[in-house]
Amino acid sequence: MNKIVSKEYFSANVIKFEVEAPLIAKSRKAGHFVIVKIGAKGERIPLTIAGADLQKGTITLVVQKMGVSSSKLCALEVGDYITDMVGPLGKATHIENFGTVVCACGGVGTAPMMPIVAALKKAGNRIITVLAARTKDLIILEEQMRENSDEVIIMTDDGSYGTKGLVTNGIESVINREKVDLCVTIGPAIMMKFVSLLTKKYEIPTLASLNTIMVDGTGMCGACRVSVGGKTKFVCVDGPEFDAHLVDFDEMLMRLGGYRDIEREEMQEYQASKDPA
Amino acid sequence: MENNEARSEAWRVELRNALKAKDRTNIERVHMPELDPEYRSHSRVEEVNLGLKAEQAMQEAKRCLDCANPTCMEGCPVGISIPTFIKNIERGEFLEAAKTLKETSALPAVCGRVCPQEKQCEGVCIHLKMKKQAVAIGHLERFAADYERESGNISVPTVAPANNIKVAGVGSGPAGLAFAGDMAKLGYEVVVFEALHEIGGVLKYGIPEFRLPNDIVDVEIQNLQAMGVHFVTNCVVGKTITIADLEQEGYKGIFVASGAGLPRFMNIKGENLVGVMSSNEYLTRVNLMDAANPESDTPVFLGKKVAVIGGGNTAMDSVRTARRLGAERAILVYRRSEEEMPARLEEVKHAKEEGIEFMTLHNPIEYIGNEQGRVKQMVLQVMELGEPDASGRRSPVEIPGKTELIDVDEVIVSVGVSPNPLIPQSVKGLEVTKWGTVVVNDVTMQSAVPVIFAGGDIVRGGATVILAMGDGRRAAKAMDEWIKKN
Ligand SMILES: Cc1cc2nc3c(=O)[nH]c(=O)nc-3n(C[C@H](O)[C@H](O)[C@H](O)COP(=O)(O)OP(=O)(O)OC[C@H]3O[C@@H](n4cnc5c(N)ncnc54)[C@H](O)[C@@H]3O)c2cc1C
Ligand SMILES: Cc1cc2nc3c(=O)[nH]c(=O)nc-3n(C[C@H](O)[C@H](O)[C@H](O)COP(=O)(O)OP(=O)(O)OC[C@H]3O[C@@H](n4cnc5c(N)ncnc54)[C@H](O)[C@@H]3O)c2cc1C
Ligand code: SF4
Ligand code: SF4
Ligand code: FES
Repeated sequence: MNKIVSKEYFSANVIKFEVEAPLIAKSRKAGHFVIVKIGAKGERIPLTIAGADLQKGTITLVVQKMGVSSSKLCALEVGDYITDMVGPLGKATHIENFGTVVCACGGVGTAPMMPIVAALKKAGNRIITVLAARTKDLIILEEQMRENSDEVIIMTDDGSYGTKGLVTNGIESVINREKVDLCVTIGPAIMMKFVSLLTKKYEIPTLASLNTIMVDGTGMCGACRVSVGGKTKFVCVDGPEFDAHLVDFDEMLMRLGGYRDIEREEMQEYQASKDPA
Repeated sequence: MENNEARSEAWRVELRNALKAKDRTNIERVHMPELDPEYRSHSRVEEVNLGLKAEQAMQEAKRCLDCANPTCMEGCPVGISIPTFIKNIERGEFLEAAKTLKETSALPAVCGRVCPQEKQCEGVCIHLKMKKQAVAIGHLERFAADYERESGNISVPTVAPANNIKVAGVGSGPAGLAFAGDMAKLGYEVVVFEALHEIGGVLKYGIPEFRLPNDIVDVEIQNLQAMGVHFVTNCVVGKTITIADLEQEGYKGIFVASGAGLPRFMNIKGENLVGVMSSNEYLTRVNLMDAANPESDTPVFLGKKVAVIGGGNTAMDSVRTARRLGAERAILVYRRSEEEMPARLEEVKHAKEEGIEFMTLHNPIEYIGNEQGRVKQMVLQVMELGEPDASGRRSPVEIPGKTELIDVDEVIVSVGVSPNPLIPQSVKGLEVTKWGTVVVNDVTMQSAVPVIFAGGDIVRGGATVILAMGDGRRAAKAMDEWIKKN
């Protein structure tokens, strides 16, 4: 049981929580995640640790409402408890001074990117963050990203904010003007796939943080497996970050869709239960 | 020998002489009452075995000859005083029988249900030498333990005065639970750390309720709590806290019982298709997350044509679960023949009654998916038996060119597990074999790092509940002696 001590809306569907978890706050590093479960019959879902306050013994989570589980979490208020929370899980991001790093994120990927951007900045890198979304309202965490980036490039599909175009257009504009030493990308698998194809063309080392389906998060079930360089890896213990140029994104996309129909049904039931006709 | 003393007690001599050996062996072995196969193959959690009635148990107990040299005890990995507990059942002293069991076994209600008796105690019962069926030791053990629990007379073992010495268990499976119980009895302050949100290890997330109801495990856990054992769930040792942290916090001994939780795959084409998963994933979703319950948020596939690969208890549990969740065809695919199957005999029998199809001497070599990447077919290589291999079992050999194509919509891979690497990776100086198991002294269970003891599957690879439990008890004894010496 972990108590929620603060709740802040970044947008209607993106919420920042501070949660009491002194042991996790002490041992976590950038790139680590936790698994949370809401309620006795809740699902175990992974969330990146976006930050920690050692004095208060809290960690920060930034959650985007997707389906049932993230909606249940987002419905919790200050003083409520998260039923179960375990972590820090996964391998921490390898942080060093690489030089110039492009951090490309879209959708759900912006929150997990935050601590990585902060850690890379602290290590002395020049950070160019590319924030991409379909439309202006979906651009989140812009202010927080600006605090830790040397430059923030905004890309929207419809041109309603920043530059019109895709995340890859944003990255390519940087590559065309200066030397990029590393690219880090987090977002929908399809986006990471295209980022990876682009940076491969320019031979820029690229890390992708993979958001596969998970159950236990400790290497016990294999639900999170992906093919990396032809070998099967477990994202929860071998990752979540991998050399993007070796990841089989097509397989990952296929596996992510595995439970889509069941999840959609559950979401409809959940919504029906929230507003009874 | 302890048994000889107990054996010469007046009541027991009298009981022994009350019936001739021949008359005892001529009694038919009791038949365990079971749920109807057709009914139970649609019932998710109801236990298959219903348990013996008192008269049945007393009758079965009569079959035991109360041997002067009970070979059965040699077959039991923890050396339970088998004739002593059975004779107590025969004379109707069921609580006394339960007490005898508890002197040796921390979890008799569990072991009575899940031990591979035909390979252990019952496999060497004297009856077999006389071409008769073995005494149903497992059923009797279950009876005595259940009787005690249901009577509400469970005795919480006496706990020695607190010695204020802290010790830690890592993992709450049978090894960790047995360790915790013994250390609590000795007066230690015991804390068990568990990575998952539930206590019980494989007893909870692996073995299904139709074979081992959760209530039974929960009662044992409550007992331990009543003895003062403290459980910390959602805590991964090596991640949330390290072994070094524990030492710093004053834990004087640490027993690692983190199990063999890493699923193995076969690395064949199509194994990462949607609908192909490890038995760990499948059973965790169904047992730990209760995914088949509409109230649960965790999804699970409800396959109609399900193939399970393997021949062990895990495979058998998976295929019978699939059947219960609505599979029209639930197929067990095993590369050797039925004789070599490592699963408990009773489970094989139950599985067949429930309509599980057995495809022995077959081995998958490829899975084929549809446009969405969902598995739709599998290619099986047909095998035959060759020479015995290192395990002593006849090895499966491919019949060249002979394959079969089978329609499936879900495949559960159950070809074994490897030790959980987390602790071995996070502790310097711990000696580990090439299989990833932790090396310990056979007798004391102490590792190369003196403060760390280990037991159960993390030491043995995939083994059994009773062996894990025995390890926990031996580690407790040795750790107590080691701490007192230091
Ligand atoms: C290592 C890791 C770290 C993560 N960190 C964060 C984080 O910091 N903040 C955050 O908001 N989310 C994060 N996620 C994603 C988060 O776990 C999922 O959004 C969540 O599990 C969705 O559960 P749900 O029941 O609400 O939605 P579901 O009902 O499971 O899904 C609803 C819809 O979202 C899609 N979906 C589900 N999971 C994902 C996913 N992982 N990526 C993309 N689409 C998905 C489904 O296909 C479906 O269409 C992370 C995932 C991983 C693996
Ligand atoms: C489906 C299935 C059916 C089986 N059927 C039988 C049977 O019929 N008869 C039989 O005798 N045996 C059976 N077995 C085998 C038996 O269950 C195991 O041998 C036994 O459970 C091993 O006990 P253990 O205590 O070593 O480990 P486990 O029961 O595996 O428990 C280990 C625990 O440690 C936890 N853990 C792991 N790492 C950490 C960490 N770093 N920090 C904290 N906690 C951690 C795990 O979450 C787990 O709860 C079966 C196994 C399975 C999977
Ligand atoms: S613990 Fe297992 S092997 Fe030992 S007597 Fe009981 S059932 Fe037989
Ligand atoms: S070997 Fe068989 S008959 Fe003899 S004591 Fe053991 S259970 Fe009884
Ligand atoms: S989530 Fe189960 S192994 Fe990774």
